[in-house]
Amino acid sequence: MELCPLIKNILILDSEGKRIAVKYYSDDWPTNAAKEAFEKSVFTKTQKTNARTEAEITMFDDYIVVYKFIQDLHFFVTGGENENEIILAAVLQGFFDAVGLLLRGTVDKKEALENLDIILLCIDEIVDGGIILETDANVIAGKVASHSMDAGAPLSEQTITQALATAREHLTRSLLK
Amino acid sequence: MAQPLVKKDDDRDDEADYSPFLGIEKGAVLQEARVFNDPQLDPRRCSQVITKLLYLLNQGETFTKVEATEVFFAVTKLFQSKDIGLRRMVYVMIKELSPSADEVIIVTSSLMKDMTSKTDMYRANAIRVLCRITDGTLLTQIERYLKQAIVDKNPVVASAALVSGIHLLQTNPEIVKRWSNEVQEAVQSRAALVQFHALALLHQIRQNDRLAVNKLVSSLTKGSVRSPLAQCLLIRYTSQVIRESANTQAADRPFYDFLEGCLRHKAEMVIFEAARAITELNCVTTRELTPAITVLQLFLSSSKPVLRFAAVRTLNKVAMTHPMAVTNCNIDMESLISDQNRSIATLAITTLLKTGNESSVDRLMKQITNFMSDIADEFKIVVVEAIRSLCLKFPLKHRSLMNFLSNILREEGGFDYKKAIVDSIVILIRDIPEAKETGLLHLCEFIEDCEFTYLSTQILHFLGIEGPKTSDPSKYIRYIYNRVHLENATVRAAAVSTLAKFGAMVDTLKPRIFVLLRRCLFDNDDEVRDRATLYLNTLGGDGAVVQTGEDVKEFLFGSLDIPLVNLENSLKNYEPSEESFDIYSVPREVKTQPLAEKKAPGKKPTGLGAPPAGPPSTVDAYEKLLSSIPEFANFGKLFKSSAPVELTEAETEYAVNVVKHIFDGHVVFQYNCTNTIPEQLLENVTVIVDASEAEEFAEVASKPLRSLPYDSPGQTFVAFEKPEGTPAIGKFSNMLRFIVKEVDPSTGEAEDDGVEDEYQLEELEVVAADYILKVGVSNFRNAWESMGADCERIDEYGLGPRESLAEAVNAVIDLLGMQPCEGTEVVPNNSRSHTCLLSGVYIGNVKVLVRLQFGLDGPKDVAMKLAVRSEDESVSDAIHEIVASG
Repeated sequence: MELCPLIKNILILDSEGKRIAVKYYSDDWPTNAAKEAFEKSVFTKTQKTNARTEAEITMFDDYIVVYKFIQDLHFFVTGGENENEIILAAVLQGFFDAVGLLLRGTVDKKEALENLDIILLCIDEIVDGGIILETDANVIAGKVASHSMDAGAPLSEQTITQALATAREHLTRSLLK
Repeated sequence: MAQPLVKKDDDRDDEADYSPFLGIEKGAVLQEARVFNDPQLDPRRCSQVITKLLYLLNQGETFTKVEATEVFFAVTKLFQSKDIGLRRMVYVMIKELSPSADEVIIVTSSLMKDMTSKTDMYRANAIRVLCRITDGTLLTQIERYLKQAIVDKNPVVASAALVSGIHLLQTNPEIVKRWSNEVQEAVQSRAALVQFHALALLHQIRQNDRLAVNKLVSSLTKGSVRSPLAQCLLIRYTSQVIRESANTQAADRPFYDFLEGCLRHKAEMVIFEAARAITELNCVTTRELTPAITVLQLFLSSSKPVLRFAAVRTLNKVAMTHPMAVTNCNIDMESLISDQNRSIATLAITTLLKTGNESSVDRLMKQITNFMSDIADEFKIVVVEAIRSLCLKFPLKHRSLMNFLSNILREEGGFDYKKAIVDSIVILIRDIPEAKETGLLHLCEFIEDCEFTYLSTQILHFLGIEGPKTSDPSKYIRYIYNRVHLENATVRAAAVSTLAKFGAMVDTLKPRIFVLLRRCLFDNDDEVRDRATLYLNTLGGDGAVVQTGEDVKEFLFGSLDIPLVNLENSLKNYEPSEESFDIYSVPREVKTQPLAEKKAPGKKPTGLGAPPAGPPSTVDAYEKLLSSIPEFANFGKLFKSSAPVELTEAETEYAVNVVKHIFDGHVVFQYNCTNTIPEQLLENVTVIVDASEAEEFAEVASKPLRSLPYDSPGQTFVAFEKPEGTPAIGKFSNMLRFIVKEVDPSTGEAEDDGVEDEYQLEELEVVAADYILKVGVSNFRNAWESMGADCERIDEYGLGPRESLAEAVNAVIDLLGMQPCEGTEVVPNNSRSHTCLLSGVYIGNVKVLVRLQFGLDGPKDVAMKLAVRSEDESVSDAIHEIVASG
């Protein structure tokens, strides 16, 4: 019996149910078509709910899905039927808040696509092969943002986006407080 | 698909529709990826291209083998750049590309360099990437670094190594198991997540060693775990230890105090995990439950939907076994019916339906009626099922509940939902006699306007069985005959059969039925005409008021007491010859589904319809297998095959389990062997059986297994002769004998010469229960009475001190190996007496029914009265014999 809490997937969809960024950790959906079918049913089952202030939750097809919406973005985290719902919610919250920190509060589809690299790194820092790596939004955002802090990199490569730098400042301020 | 963001509408505002991936194309991006090869790398540009590639993959685009290889090689060039952000993207990209073994070699050195870098981020990520893409051979080279990383003072590095260890344990357990010491040190880490990952890995390394897990749990529960996630893990491990410890006595259940203490933890996830663990304890007592229920009740009024959902879902489960314990939460639960989140509302409703008392039913029904209109079908089904069980619990309330069901039956809904309702009505009609007439009328009304052929035919069939037994059967005729006019051929044919049943069962209606049937002779579908003709001819053609003979009834409407799957198989195997097909040669055992009884035709085991085709039974597979072996071909018909019994511990070199096949005069042991050592090939595998403790058995044949390669199970057989028709019992000791040959793992070729070797297996027993088939009956009382008291044997037994009544009941059920009926194997908590009903078929095809009455005699002593009825006195005696000697 698998006792370790496992995440089956993490999804960000837009307000029409289209993919922004998704990551699957389970073989339950072997093909892209199966994944899209899952996303479609998740999206239709949740789109009418108001998951803007608090994370919402639903259960279908033996999965538990926790989700939260902001602007035109829908965040989902899926776990197995017997998973501790609150652990899933913690992962969702960590992800959601980390993205918020890294995008400096303006979280919408346009920003997300423009900073897709950040989003993907964020997902990479939260879960590894289904196992939870980190749930603290500050730590996650810190790990993603710290990458621009390479001392060896020349200044001309003030890189990926300015957003990172600002996020870093934001973080260091909040950490030094 | 490749371009989901292509502009659909040119009129749209550019600003709103802007996307950096607008019009993105795979070919163009692959071209762009050439910048990776520039001598002067532009990290920013490269990052952007990688992001585009990742975007494409994320959208479901796939790269061909050549494209993937090209991209991979290009990406490896980027290790030259010092830019951390770019490196980070490179790591993600390599993981996404999941390169093949020969490609991996290209990046290995770069990644190994990063693994030993001073930058923590490099170390952590390089470990994750390398462990993801590597195979076993490389692992030994980097093992040293991984061990160091586990105890690295940077928590990110340590976590990366530990999590990679958890993944690698699946593929290379022997290597990861060597890291125990480092992992153990990491469990003591001050960093929360490191502790969590270390604990998860340590437990997985030791999961097959119960003693070690026990020690781990007892040392950690004393309190050194800081991370909430690690604490949740510990709770799971603890409940596993509790489950596996033989001591089920509630008073001193080990670690209960730890679980209860966790209910006061500051993290919600820990509180919930502990509460859930307590509710799932075996035979949990009310006293143990109370604190858990209390915290869950607090969650019910939380502002967070996730907490409410978690709590109500758990309470819902508790309500199935301990409804009384949940009643305290009923007020909170009722307010959840109007919860915005419909999942929560549905769970609350069904919980209330389980815990509600008779007086609250009407109020509840009113609330549910409002609620039903705005939930999805799948939730409605859940509610319908809950209402059904509620109605069975309070039969007096059948009027309002049946009304509710018929109302929702009339509303819009899909097939599954309608089927759930119809099934519920059918079950209520079957179990509550007072509800029969109204229920049947509801069903009649439903088929007047039913779009589902399947449901119509099933209802017609059911009407044919139940309708004639009502006080005024004639009132159903109109509904049925309407079907003959208005429906498709399938439904028409079903309606004809139903009419004929009325005609056969109710003699006064016969003339009128015959008029109707004759009209059906002109139907334009041949099946309908055929049926009408058959019935007209067999039921006594001229339409006079005569009684239809029993044998005709039995021929036309008698139930088929053979599982359809088995019948189908036997018919397929039958070859046309002089010998006619013998229906009695069809095997009767189906594990999952009770047989319909001969003497109570039409009593359906579940809901509507003919018994659903069960899963193709393993019996068939066994039978096929055995009859294909010439040595066993003349043993006759297979009576029973036992479930596999393990003869080795888990995780040993060779895994062997045995299936006992019982024939009338023989027993065949089928040993299923698996070789779990990749470096070995076993040949000429036999099991040497010592039957000195089984006097009545004599070995007659054995069939060795020629070769047993790694990880592909094979079977070897040993057959014994035994006195015919008697339940001979005995103990057998087993020794696995084989020739072992070394295999070169890289080429997969075995060496030429092998060594003979033996491997001791555990003992195997043939017990009395092996001679009894588990065959259920749907209505025990009917079966019991129709069996008659001719061959009844009653006696009383003292079972001595027992842990609990439930334990005693299960012991006797296991001893007899019979099918418990009507859920009587479950003993309600704290009851002092219990009646359990069992049914089965004894060797020689003799039906046996058993009524067990248990009572507590003194604090722990259990007394039992055993009443056996069967078709044969000697069998009744034999059952008593089993109990007396067991």
